[in-house]
Amino acid sequence: MAISSYRVIPGPESYLSPAAASMGVVLPEKGEALIEGKIVPEEEAIEKITEKLILAKNPFFFPGPLILWAWNEKAIAKAKAVKELAEAAGAKIIPMPDYRPKYPMINPEEEINPNHPNLTIWHNKIDTCVFVGVHCHYANLALKIIRGGTDCYTIALCGQAGHEDAMITLRDIHSEEVQKLTEVVKRAKGGTPQ
Amino acid sequence: MMERKVVDPEYMFKRAPREKKFLIGNEAVAEAVKRANVDIAIAYPITPQSEATHIVGDIYAEGYIKDYYRGEDEFNVMSAIAGARMGGARTFTATSGPGTLRAFEMFPLWAGARLPVVCAFMCRGVNSPLTIQPDNIEIGWLMDTGMLIFHAENPQEFFDMTLQAYIVAEQPDVHIPIGVCVDGFFVTHTREIVEVTPEDEMLPPYDPSTSPVPIMDMEVPPIRQMRDPFVMKSNYISYNTHASWQQEVRAAGERAKKHIARYVGKFIEVTNPDAEILLIASGTAAAQARVAMEQAREKGMDVGLAKIRVIRPFPEDEVRELAENPRIIIVPEHNIVGWLAREIKSRIDNSGKVRGHPRVFGGMTMPPEFIMEEIVNGRAR
Repeated sequence: MAISSYRVIPGPESYLSPAAASMGVVLPEKGEALIEGKIVPEEEAIEKITEKLILAKNPFFFPGPLILWAWNEKAIAKAKAVKELAEAAGAKIIPMPDYRPKYPMINPEEEINPNHPNLTIWHNKIDTCVFVGVHCHYANLALKIIRGGTDCYTIALCGQAGHEDAMITLRDIHSEEVQKLTEVVKRAKGGTPQ
Repeated sequence: MMERKVVDPEYMFKRAPREKKFLIGNEAVAEAVKRANVDIAIAYPITPQSEATHIVGDIYAEGYIKDYYRGEDEFNVMSAIAGARMGGARTFTATSGPGTLRAFEMFPLWAGARLPVVCAFMCRGVNSPLTIQPDNIEIGWLMDTGMLIFHAENPQEFFDMTLQAYIVAEQPDVHIPIGVCVDGFFVTHTREIVEVTPEDEMLPPYDPSTSPVPIMDMEVPPIRQMRDPFVMKSNYISYNTHASWQQEVRAAGERAKKHIARYVGKFIEVTNPDAEILLIASGTAAAQARVAMEQAREKGMDVGLAKIRVIRPFPEDEVRELAENPRIIIVPEHNIVGWLAREIKSRIDNSGKVRGHPRVFGGMTMPPEFIMEEIVNGRAR
């Protein structure tokens, strides 16, 4: 397959951005990740995520229904791990509790919605965000809209196959992998969670 | 019903022992359904599909499927299939020609709702005066619904592709419907040797927890999508969301390519790719084109064949590469509009070399001699 020259980078990109998959960006295999549309080893992406989170002025985590709702023990464990990661990174949390479109009634200080995520990002002046626990279809929908209309740097920690529309994506991320990422972030920040 | 065990899909498709049976296409697809670990089958009878769904009913009675019923019509059937899939069940259904059109609204809905439905289309003519005979014009209409489309040439491919379709469609990064199409009667009612996998082996069950959308509950958040549609809003935000949604469905089709390559195999089977005249065909037109190619080569003519097995996602890169060498490309088809020729012309730079003939429709057969006429005419040009 031809290597895509398309790069998934912060926007605002376009009136209507393309889906990265339609521009030739392919999802990583196990042990791999994507940085700005390019396949890299997972370790390289973990380093880049750590760098982006530490250097961000106003980082936010957007946890979705897969971890906000206590579906099972795994969901609960992953939610706790994500909260610890966000705290270690010094990031704030705005939840994506459900997927119902809420424009124009959304309160962008309290929640983010996949159908109009740009509103929450603009309102809170978010420069780096992390999607986690969002069903893949809705994550892709939101990531593309964010790239189209904002300059926010997007990171997706996916429990499945990853997201081409995020600027960095890891795949197969569950509570254990989140905990490992937390340790990397803590080490990079000198061992002291902010 | 015999005791059955779940097996790895790749083992089933590539390494499982095969038993030879003498089956018509409608029996072959039912044999696939028997091994597909289907939760519910719903259908409405229509020629030439009826026999297949009748046999699927027998399979249900034997205990191979958990539930089965006949819907009131095809729109009802395909709507019910959507509901079953939204609820997390693995489904099977099938239809033909006018039934496809009656149900048509549901096909982009399946794709938009990210439902990995597998539907067999036993293609037939759509016309007045009424025809029940072979004609695959409905594939041309299905091509822009967001569904993936496989086009099986014979009962063997119908068996294999139906099973493979479940595994491709249900990948978390794909999760859109697949239509497994055959040319009615030529495949559905033609008896051939079909090599089937062991009857006591079945696919793993569908795992709804990997779905890219939540299992649908119409009333309860976080899933209550359909009760709050942004279709009601008239503003840029809503339009942009709709556009992104459609893009994501097409992106899922792109992601399917690697899974199709893994589980289904080649998108295109090519014989003599460097020939002066290349026949490109799908379905039973490929079978007739193969005979024509062999006859032409016996007479010293330089003719090749590319059989396209996957219509959506269309193998554009492969077709562009194939189109570089031949002086003439001939595209025989079983429909009046020439959807395959149109598709090929739209994808390559040098479309003037594509001859969208011969075409037969309304139930007519395509004698290899009819294709040979095009080859001879093409050489003389």
